[in-house]
Amino acid sequence: MHIVVCIKQVPDSAQIRVHPVTNTIMRQGVPTIINPYDLFALEEALKLRDVHGGEVTVLTMGPPMAEDSLRKALGYGADRAVLLTDRYFAGSDTLATSFALSQAIAKIGETFGRPDIVFTGKQTIDGDTAQVGPGIAKRLDLSQLTYVAKIASIDLDTREIEVARRAEGGTQLLKSRLPCLITMLEDTNEIRRGSLQQALCAARSQVVKWTAADAGIDDLTRCGLRGSPTVVKRVFAPTARAERAAQIDTAERGLQDIADELIADILTRRPALEHELAFNSGT
Amino acid sequence: MDAAVDASTSQFELNEEQRAIQEMAQAFAADRVAPNALDWDRRKHFPADVIRETGPLGLGGIYVRDDVGGSALGRLDAVLIFEALSHADPGFSSFISIHNMVASMIDRFGNDEQRQRFLPKLTSMEWLASYCLTEPGSGSDAAALKTRAVKSGGDYVLNGAKQFISGAGDSDVYAVMVRTGADGPKGISTIVVPKDAPGLSFGANEHKMGWHMQSTRQVIFEDCKVPAENLLSGEGAGFGIAMAGLDGGRLNIAACSLGGAQSALDKALSYTAERKAFGSKINQFQALQFRLADMETELQAARIFLYAAASKLDRKAPDAGKWSAMAKRFVTDTGFNVANDALQLLGGYGYLHDYGVEKLVRDLRVHQILEGTNEIMRVIIARALIGR
Repeated sequence: MHIVVCIKQVPDSAQIRVHPVTNTIMRQGVPTIINPYDLFALEEALKLRDVHGGEVTVLTMGPPMAEDSLRKALGYGADRAVLLTDRYFAGSDTLATSFALSQAIAKIGETFGRPDIVFTGKQTIDGDTAQVGPGIAKRLDLSQLTYVAKIASIDLDTREIEVARRAEGGTQLLKSRLPCLITMLEDTNEIRRGSLQQALCAARSQVVKWTAADAGIDDLTRCGLRGSPTVVKRVFAPTARAERAAQIDTAERGLQDIADELIADILTRRPALEHELAFNSGT
Repeated sequence: MDAAVDASTSQFELNEEQRAIQEMAQAFAADRVAPNALDWDRRKHFPADVIRETGPLGLGGIYVRDDVGGSALGRLDAVLIFEALSHADPGFSSFISIHNMVASMIDRFGNDEQRQRFLPKLTSMEWLASYCLTEPGSGSDAAALKTRAVKSGGDYVLNGAKQFISGAGDSDVYAVMVRTGADGPKGISTIVVPKDAPGLSFGANEHKMGWHMQSTRQVIFEDCKVPAENLLSGEGAGFGIAMAGLDGGRLNIAACSLGGAQSALDKALSYTAERKAFGSKINQFQALQFRLADMETELQAARIFLYAAASKLDRKAPDAGKWSAMAKRFVTDTGFNVANDALQLLGGYGYLHDYGVEKLVRDLRVHQILEGTNEIMRVIIARALIGR
């Protein structure tokens, strides 16, 4: 099988600063890492390849220095790396990014074989939008499996995949068809440690470098700043909420009474909960 | 740029592959070794599990040929790895270095059958290895060793004892220098002794200054029977094998000092950037700035010297042996002094275990003694300069 993993080189969030005027992230002089969420996606892809055979292609869009993150991915055992780099991509928001990446993935499909799965991390630590994965899926018409905690099974003959997906209040078990796009949750696996041999392979490998034209992108108005309707109006630290937490004195009454009272109060405000609670305690 | 010392320019840069090797070893050391080093030291705990993790990564036979699972890299590559590991823990790095020295001796001097029998298990770190040359009565004068091996049927029968053996009791195989012939270097042979050989036993774990994460014991042979197939090369070849092992081993042990000293300097830089006295951070005092500047300069000089010596051995330069000896002497003296200076910069905190610097001073002291004392290094250098 062929798996494409989209990764992003991000500033190490521990050392990030924001520009006081433009409110954009100041990247200069900040050490870069692979977006930590993407490593869960990469490890999942490598595990699938180890079991089912095939190849893992890592893809990133970024400045030439983003090649470092691709080399790291090769060091973990990825088979091929594609760097999408062009000044036309500068200033891309999630709309422009997902456009460019989906074009590149289509080109990767033509050049190296159509991918069965495209992986991304759940979100990036610098943008936190979680929009690029779904954006790619929509553009490439891939089944969209977001917030995946576990890949339960893959059948390459019937081209069916079953995954566990984190949803509000529980876990969904989903069955879908390949090709699909999966955004991987954090803490689902642990990235492997690359061996000396893999480190050497990574150093010896050529990273495929594509400009917008190489990736078959004709419409440059959909790229970079021009293709990005998002405007950052203001960046601010959230202020504390005005409501104060109530303090309950437990000295005079029994805890059981207090708990009963509180539950009754909550159920009055949110009647729907009563049904759910009854359901859960009944099973 | 190629990772060779260019004599015309004296420029030195690591190439991309060497940087990749370095990063890989640094990542392992930072994740798996550094967080535990102080605990292992305090508890005198031998971390066999973490040591064995290095096998699948390719660190069990760094310069062993790849048909038996080795990584087939060079000596400069190895130096980068040991430097990276020792930044986390010099004792840990040194154990891996000694293991690699034995593996490479078997790779270079063993026959096909021996290579196939020992090396796949050594390169994967399923088996750990120790090197046994020094005896209670012979250290620097290694050719005076007395442990005797007498051929008896299909076996050699060993009697004697080896002293200060790193990993003794924990290792699975022991490369032992024994006397099979007359006095002097030509009567010495090398034999590989498995841990379960009848008549093999180990002394008590020595109470030593540093390197607490590995045991140091006597290895004792009492009518110890070892199959004759375990003799490397022929009878009488042992002294040459032992010295060949040490030539590269010296570079490794120097690298194990370099990384530790760098770690001490790093700690001194952080501490002096935070600690305040007399109304300012203490790194604002010129006396301490000059000390830090000297530490950095001397450590970088040691690093470049070591890389150059390793590069000589990789290129089999005729003066590689002299350079190994010079590098070992210079780097381990510098390494110890830098660590000791770092301790002074941390003041009373430097003397406390939790700050990690006193451990480095204790660990790095032995690098001036083992794999040939720094006095013997001077003997080797002088001989190369003015002849015997």
